[in-house]
Amino acid sequence: MNLLSQVARAPLSAKFGLLIIVLYIAVAVFAPVLAPYGETQVVGEGFAPWSGQFLLGTDNLGRDMFSRLVYGARNTLGIAFLTTTLAFLLGGLSGLVAAIKGGWIDQGLSRVVDVLMAIPQLIFALLILSVVGTNATSLVLVIALLDSTRVFRLSRAVAMTVVVQDFVEAARLRGEGLWWLVTREVLPNAAAPLIAEFGLRFCFVFLFISALSFLGLGIQPPTADWGSMVRDNAVLITFGDISPLLPALAVALITVSVNFVVDWMLHKSSGLKEC
Amino acid sequence: MDTPLLEIRNLQIEGHYEDAWHPLIKGIDLTLQRGEVLGLIGESGAGKSTLGLAAMGYARDGCRITGGSVCFDGIQLLQAKPETLRKLRGLRIAYVAQSAAASFNPAHRLIDQHVETAVINGGISRAQAEREAVELYRVLRLPNPETIGQRYPHQVSGGQLQRVMTAMAMACHPDLIIFDEPTTALDVTTQIEVLAAIRDAVKTFGSAALYISHDLAVVAQMADRIMVLRHGKLVEEADTRSMLSQPQQDYTKSLWAVRSFRTEPKACPTQQVPLLEVRQACASYGHQPVLHDVSMKLYRGQTLAVIGESGSGKSSTARLITGLLPATAGQVMYDGEALPVDFRRRSKEQLRRIQMIYQIPDTALNPRQRIVDIIGRPLTFYLGLKGKALRARVAELLEMIELDPAVFMERQPRELSGGQKQRICIARALAADPQLIICDEVTSALDQLVAEGVLKLLNRIQQQLGVAYLFITHDVATVRAIADEVVVMQRGRVVDQGSRSAIFTPPYQDYTGLLFSSEPEMDPDWLDHLLAKRAAPTV
Repeated sequence: MNLLSQVARAPLSAKFGLLIIVLYIAVAVFAPVLAPYGETQVVGEGFAPWSGQFLLGTDNLGRDMFSRLVYGARNTLGIAFLTTTLAFLLGGLSGLVAAIKGGWIDQGLSRVVDVLMAIPQLIFALLILSVVGTNATSLVLVIALLDSTRVFRLSRAVAMTVVVQDFVEAARLRGEGLWWLVTREVLPNAAAPLIAEFGLRFCFVFLFISALSFLGLGIQPPTADWGSMVRDNAVLITFGDISPLLPALAVALITVSVNFVVDWMLHKSSGLKEC
Repeated sequence: MDTPLLEIRNLQIEGHYEDAWHPLIKGIDLTLQRGEVLGLIGESGAGKSTLGLAAMGYARDGCRITGGSVCFDGIQLLQAKPETLRKLRGLRIAYVAQSAAASFNPAHRLIDQHVETAVINGGISRAQAEREAVELYRVLRLPNPETIGQRYPHQVSGGQLQRVMTAMAMACHPDLIIFDEPTTALDVTTQIEVLAAIRDAVKTFGSAALYISHDLAVVAQMADRIMVLRHGKLVEEADTRSMLSQPQQDYTKSLWAVRSFRTEPKACPTQQVPLLEVRQACASYGHQPVLHDVSMKLYRGQTLAVIGESGSGKSSTARLITGLLPATAGQVMYDGEALPVDFRRRSKEQLRRIQMIYQIPDTALNPRQRIVDIIGRPLTFYLGLKGKALRARVAELLEMIELDPAVFMERQPRELSGGQKQRICIARALAADPQLIICDEVTSALDQLVAEGVLKLLNRIQQQLGVAYLFITHDVATVRAIADEVVVMQRGRVVDQGSRSAIFTPPYQDYTGLLFSSEPEMDPDWLDHLLAKRAAPTV
């Protein structure tokens, strides 16, 4: 079955989710074209109201809200995607290796993960970030490391059910190496739940970065980012203006959309039939 | 006796798969009188379980009843209200499932599960229900009938659990009991006890029964009348005796003839160095010893059958030889030289020479690989074949296992039937060009006709290529069909061994005799005779 016909038969919620995701990606890619002003360009008075000139008004420093929202998509989405991918490479692969190898390797990796998971994620992240400094690279690496522990547990659990099957034993008896076992025998059979988890994990990372930015330890100004945008303009809420909530709304919308798509994929991979 | 207890007319059931509704039962009529036992026979997919459930007015998830009628003692079940059905089920119609272990709730004591229906629907007191339960346990010859109900499902053996389930079905003295393959998951020696218990109980309480099984010999012991099903249709229906002596349809005759396949026994070349020799091997899982002093020899081109019940150590022996279960003492000699006990220390060449075929072909093939990849991998891995040469060799192997390369090369395992999958497993083993193939219960997950085809294929390959087989099985009939040499195992020890003719000629060694006599025969009086013989004091 090809991808298009599958999408055509997807439920409405999943189609909506896919549409929003595609829209976000398009906005992120074509940000310079879509945004009327520069990302950090000061274009007018602070807190200007919505108008023909400034579509969604300006922020506390007089930068165009709409332009910053558009650039924010690029920064927040990009960093979240990069972080999630790293977390999956690290956690996913080590989870598979732990399940296949077992014994001391499994014990060692699992205990390290237990230790990392024992410390509350947000506090741990704040701690490390205040030590190593808050640039984009360290942000990505720290969150990727912390999130990889969750991925490790899932991929190990999924791989465990695959590893005990006879075809894996047959491959082992053939004398296949670890790389073949991971990539050819186990990973293809563990892919569906991992892909679904990727979507969910992406949402968590996304929210986490926004939360860190809101606390001032995430993506640093003047880079546009939805979390810090909420914080910067929070004062406006007192005046009954909803503009500061727009970045929050953007975060909510992508999170819900990704979840719609994930639900659909999980449903498909679980083999449930709609009767 | 004029109105039948159960009357099914022109029943039609459809199942939902591959995004469409397909007919499963295509218009079956069935009549069952009070106190009668009707046997339903057929291969997997024949619709016998679906029909059994429909007799309770029930269709499984993904199935729907589209036509016909089911009339139980004057009540139309298909039109009945859910409350009416709920009252009937358990009280007047009971069901005994294939796997008792999977059907009991592991978190509750047996007695609590036993009395539930009787107390809730039957309106009797718990104390009385428990008294009746103990009585039933006694009838079904369970050990310690007073206290066995206090146990949890995992604390009794599989055969006992199956009898507890039968007792539970009889708790409310139902008019009809549906037995869905109640002994299929049991060893032959355990099966006898359960069969005898079920038959006694049915006779004692005068219940009617539908007895569903794929094993003719078993049904012959239980049923008054037999219906043969295939592809959701009735093939033939007759009294048990006339059905066994004069089957009318070709399909029925072919089912009957399956057990007659025999290979030509080959003489044992004792002068040669054995291809495989296990010398006084011991092995254990953790601290639990599973093999004690196991020794056996297998010569080139021969078939050595290892027979035993579950827990006898026959599969552990296979794992020992392949190196998955390292021996704690003793040796595995291959062609005169000792193999490293752990497969990870064996060379590629040593691994190549011993290949393995598994019991359940569904899990032995990677569902995400195409057939050409599955068979091609050993070719690339061991022999370095690539590109055109690889595809040509895969095609050759597919032809050898009687599957059309043009059709099957690009398919994935899920597009194949069980028998075809097992053939692919054989081709994968052959691809490595081995001298020894270990066959671990390779036919037990297959239907009888398909299994016979696989056995014939293995035999033909042996004649062509001269590979040796180590054939692990619990089935006496399979051993009788293909073995050159036989090893009988019990509780991790070899208790008997010899050539096929020696093993199958009386006098038998004790356990071998018990095993052979427990194998059901196609004679409706077999169980009676056997029980009478075993009850009689030994001379």
